[in-house]
Amino acid sequence: MTETLAVSVWRGAAEGVFETHEVPAQESQTVLDLVAWIQQNADPTLAYRYACRVGMCGSCAMMVNGVPRWTCRTHISKVATSGKVEVAPLRNLPIIKDLAVDMDPFFDKWTKAEGMFAPSTSRDAPIDTGVDPASSARIAADEAIECINCAICYAACDVVSANPEYLGPAALNRTWSLVNDVRDGRLDERLTAVSGPGGCHNCHSQQGCVTHCPNELNPTASIAGLKRATTMAALKGRIL
Amino acid sequence: MKGHRKHALWFAFALHRASGLLLALFLPVHFWVLSYALNDAATLDGFLRWTDYTAVKIAEFGLVFLLAVHMFGGLRLMALEWLPWSHRQKTYAASAVAVSFCLSTMFFLSAV
Repeated sequence: MTETLAVSVWRGAAEGVFETHEVPAQESQTVLDLVAWIQQNADPTLAYRYACRVGMCGSCAMMVNGVPRWTCRTHISKVATSGKVEVAPLRNLPIIKDLAVDMDPFFDKWTKAEGMFAPSTSRDAPIDTGVDPASSARIAADEAIECINCAICYAACDVVSANPEYLGPAALNRTWSLVNDVRDGRLDERLTAVSGPGGCHNCHSQQGCVTHCPNELNPTASIAGLKRATTMAALKGRIL
Repeated sequence: MKGHRKHALWFAFALHRASGLLLALFLPVHFWVLSYALNDAATLDGFLRWTDYTAVKIAEFGLVFLLAVHMFGGLRLMALEWLPWSHRQKTYAASAVAVSFCLSTMFFLSAV
């Protein structure tokens, strides 16, 4: 490994430039380590976002050499080509400043996709132990439920770029986990929410979300499940 | 080519979209030429004689490839959406291209 790395970071908002810093190379260094070094040693005005540093909070995602990645778990040895790294804010989201993006549009779409659990019973009802961990629905819900809301899939999706109304892989993946939750009481409302303009049928199955998801989730499979569920519900007259 | 698009299934998407657009451009010309079979056989024969040229045979090879890759790519997408999920998506996409290439090559070899 070279003694220093040439790290280009985006400065500005929608309009801006890349500024290059020479950062000392170290063993087991992550992309987030580079950004933190620049902010702590070279330019304290650099804005970026992180919290847990261990791949759980989903707040440190950035574009690294044009690919959306969780920077806290991305080793430099994996991405540095010829000692150079380019770090930019996530695609498809408004830039607040430098490497920090506004996540509101991302989470607004979780709300539009009915991403909140709605219990089918009240707190006064007896505790329901009817969830069968081995059932196909629970397995489907479990596979979709490990999302950390990092928006990497959202940044990787060309359909989001082309159609700002598209709910995106993460929100639809969340809806699929709730559609398969036997305790949930808003199935038809969820299917209606994800079957209209900007819904699951907009997906072109490019599978960038699957390719880049750091937790190896499969939003394309979830969206395909929603396409089947919404179509069957429409054929049965349950949703418009 | 942007970094986030550098994966096999994005190329499969791009090939499916490009083949569909090119076929959409070809089909009106195809039906226009076929229409001469109804009212002007001599003109149709004139078009058909073009197929004796090597360049046209190579173009037909490309056309058969586009047709095949769009059909197999479409079957792959319908299977993705309607059948239980398979983790062999890259294999299916590569197989669609390989089978399409074999079919169009067989057509080309029979034409020359």
